[in-house]
Amino acid sequence: MVLASKSVAMSRTMFTRSLYQLQNLSRSNGLSLHSSSTNFKHAVLAAFQPLLHSRPYANNPQPAASASSVDQAELAKFAAIAESWWDAEGPFKPLHVMNPTRLTFIRSTLCRHFGKDPFSARPFEGLKFIDVGCGGGILSEPLARMGASVTGIDAVEKNIKIAQVHADLDPVASSIEYRCTTAENLVEEQMKFDAVIALEVIEHVANPDGFCKSLSALTKPHGATIISTINRSMRAYATAIVAAEYILHWLPKGTHQWSSFLTPEELVLTLQRASISVEEMAGFAYDPLTGQWSLTDDISVNFIAFGIKNSE
Amino acid sequence: MSRFIATRRLASNIFVSKSATRTFCNDAPSKLNDVPHGSQFNKELEDEQGFTNDIPQYDIAIVGGGMVGMALACSLASMPLTKQLSIAIIDSNPALTNGSSIKKDDPPDPRVSTVTPATISLFKGIGAWQYVEQHRHAYFDRMQVWDYTGFGYTRYNARDADKDVLGCVVENKVLHKSLLSCLQNKDFKKTIYPTRLSSMSLPTRSSVSAAGASQSKSLANLAKLELSDGTNLYAKLVVGADGSKSHVRELAGIKTTGWNYSQSAVICTVEHSAENFCAWQRFLPAGPIALLPIGDNFSNIVWTMSPKEASNHKIMSEDDFVKAVNHALDFGYGPHPESQVFGSGVLSSFFRPDVTSSANEGFELPPKVVKVASQRMAFPLSLMHANQYASKRVVLIGDAAHTVHPLAGQGVNMGYGDAASLSNVIADGVAVGSDIGEVTLLKKYEADRKTANITMMAVLDGFQKAYSVDFGPLNILRAAAFNGANVFAPLKKNIISYASGERRLPFLS
Repeated sequence: MVLASKSVAMSRTMFTRSLYQLQNLSRSNGLSLHSSSTNFKHAVLAAFQPLLHSRPYANNPQPAASASSVDQAELAKFAAIAESWWDAEGPFKPLHVMNPTRLTFIRSTLCRHFGKDPFSARPFEGLKFIDVGCGGGILSEPLARMGASVTGIDAVEKNIKIAQVHADLDPVASSIEYRCTTAENLVEEQMKFDAVIALEVIEHVANPDGFCKSLSALTKPHGATIISTINRSMRAYATAIVAAEYILHWLPKGTHQWSSFLTPEELVLTLQRASISVEEMAGFAYDPLTGQWSLTDDISVNFIAFGIKNSE
Repeated sequence: MSRFIATRRLASNIFVSKSATRTFCNDAPSKLNDVPHGSQFNKELEDEQGFTNDIPQYDIAIVGGGMVGMALACSLASMPLTKQLSIAIIDSNPALTNGSSIKKDDPPDPRVSTVTPATISLFKGIGAWQYVEQHRHAYFDRMQVWDYTGFGYTRYNARDADKDVLGCVVENKVLHKSLLSCLQNKDFKKTIYPTRLSSMSLPTRSSVSAAGASQSKSLANLAKLELSDGTNLYAKLVVGADGSKSHVRELAGIKTTGWNYSQSAVICTVEHSAENFCAWQRFLPAGPIALLPIGDNFSNIVWTMSPKEASNHKIMSEDDFVKAVNHALDFGYGPHPESQVFGSGVLSSFFRPDVTSSANEGFELPPKVVKVASQRMAFPLSLMHANQYASKRVVLIGDAAHTVHPLAGQGVNMGYGDAASLSNVIADGVAVGSDIGEVTLLKKYEADRKTANITMMAVLDGFQKAYSVDFGPLNILRAAAFNGANVFAPLKKNIISYASGERRLPFLS
């Protein structure tokens, strides 16, 4: 009897969660269905601080909270993990293994878009890129080595510190400008970039719509925007949540919430509303035998989208 | 409803600005301090001894400029993604700097290698084969393998596997000179240090965090090499191509596994009265003797035997040596195998499509040796394999990573395969902006080559052990293997393509 009621409660939560997600899409702010006052505060803050927890592997509870007690705990959790950002065998190992594959997609789409020689070692000379949600700089450093002037932003100060320390080890990487800020702040500063890259961020953001609008505002006209995230499919639930978090222990439990995932169609529409038209999309597939990731057409779990900002 | 939201929006604006400062980073952007970029330049040796404190930095330092080290340098120079890397080659061999030419009239050097078709296509790809063809080299398309028991033999013909050649025999100095010429004719930033490596310090977590100012921090993250003439240099990646007694491997603390074969190889150039076009190998009780064509009327002998016998053969008179060689290739130790010509007959017509054309060739005797044309050399043989090929900022290629028995002519070909694989991995790393000294990138090279190398070593070691025992049933088994390989086309094709370097693993396509 107890078990049955628990499962009913769980299924109700799941139902409300998905309903919340639907409402999230149709409205520009993400008000929660619950009416208690603390939740209201959380929801309102979520609406106006879309980059509240724009870091990968955040243990993100229902809509992004910012009341002091909860946040200190969240930040402390990241502080513990942040030290191991650059430990290729540590908790961030899956990201390190996936990184070359993401970079292959980014390199080929951006070389084609900007008309650069794909066989050059530094094809992005003279271009300005921004890495939104840069974490420890695992994407920013390779982009800098490819010649781009990179700005890396993250909302967690500890990540920025780690990123700066690591970037100092390589003279090429030390040209990266790291800032602890949000995309919205940079929009206010009216900064513009040739390419805006936000990988594995949008699933941790409470308001994807507003986030995409900020990314779009940061992109120059006819510039590029690249977003990667996880699909909201059954297969992704089985793979990215159950397998990755509970069975293989690749990620800490609770890193991702299935309800925050976006389907490719939703992402395309959201980006369209932000004046970005998606030109290419690819998926990442993991081969357990070789332990390698590869680019594929299968976008049912991890996928990456390349879009071009409409020229004004 | 909308007014409700509007008032809450107003309230939230005030709330937000207060909480932002508390929860998130402060508004002052944490700007990066201005770091002068570490200078990357190649300095000639003379400048180093001057007053400058700047120590040159290179992307890759190749320790050991032998055949495999130079092949890696050439390969990097020939690919668009890697040709902008700066390379230092550290080898005290004077041939690298004085550019001596090889005279055509010299008799062949006894140190030769049999390069497989896979290696030939690698050389063609990097543009070095044209230089090899300007010197003495010998393609061969036929090979005969038999043993002293006289129970069976195998004849291989390149046509069995639809190829033109089984391989090419080239002197080591020709291969080396060709690679050097190829490298010098390319527009590539390389500096040759004609000295030896005396010590090396690799970055560890403690050494990097202990470094003070940011420039020395970036230097502490590189490998520092100290050479025996006092020069120092920094490199992002150190490649150990310095042979089986690799100093780089020792300094990097990489352990090896292996054992000594209680055998030595005697090598020598010999002359015939006519040209030899076929490669011959006869397994004797103490070890195989191989006769490889080297061009003109010369052939190269590689004769494996016990170390005591090897020193005897090295010092005996030339006439005695010629007699010993002819004896070993002819009636010595045992009878000739009978020619098994798969001729006419009802049974043979059933199998005709599966039978190779070379099965129709009878057993032939190798050409007689007329005289010895070079000094004789002897080398001890052993099997060695490094437990790891890569660690942070260090990678091993060629004999530094593995040594094998020469019975199938595979040793240096494995090394060339390593060089090709490593240069591809480095190119992939540069394409995605990785730090080329990162272990994760180097482990990709290790994963690629370790399987192939270990498989080949196992096959060769298996052969070496199988042929060192004189035991009745085993002899029959070996004979069956000879005959089977001779007759069955799929098996012969498989063996030829595996030995040619076309496949990484035998029996699995």
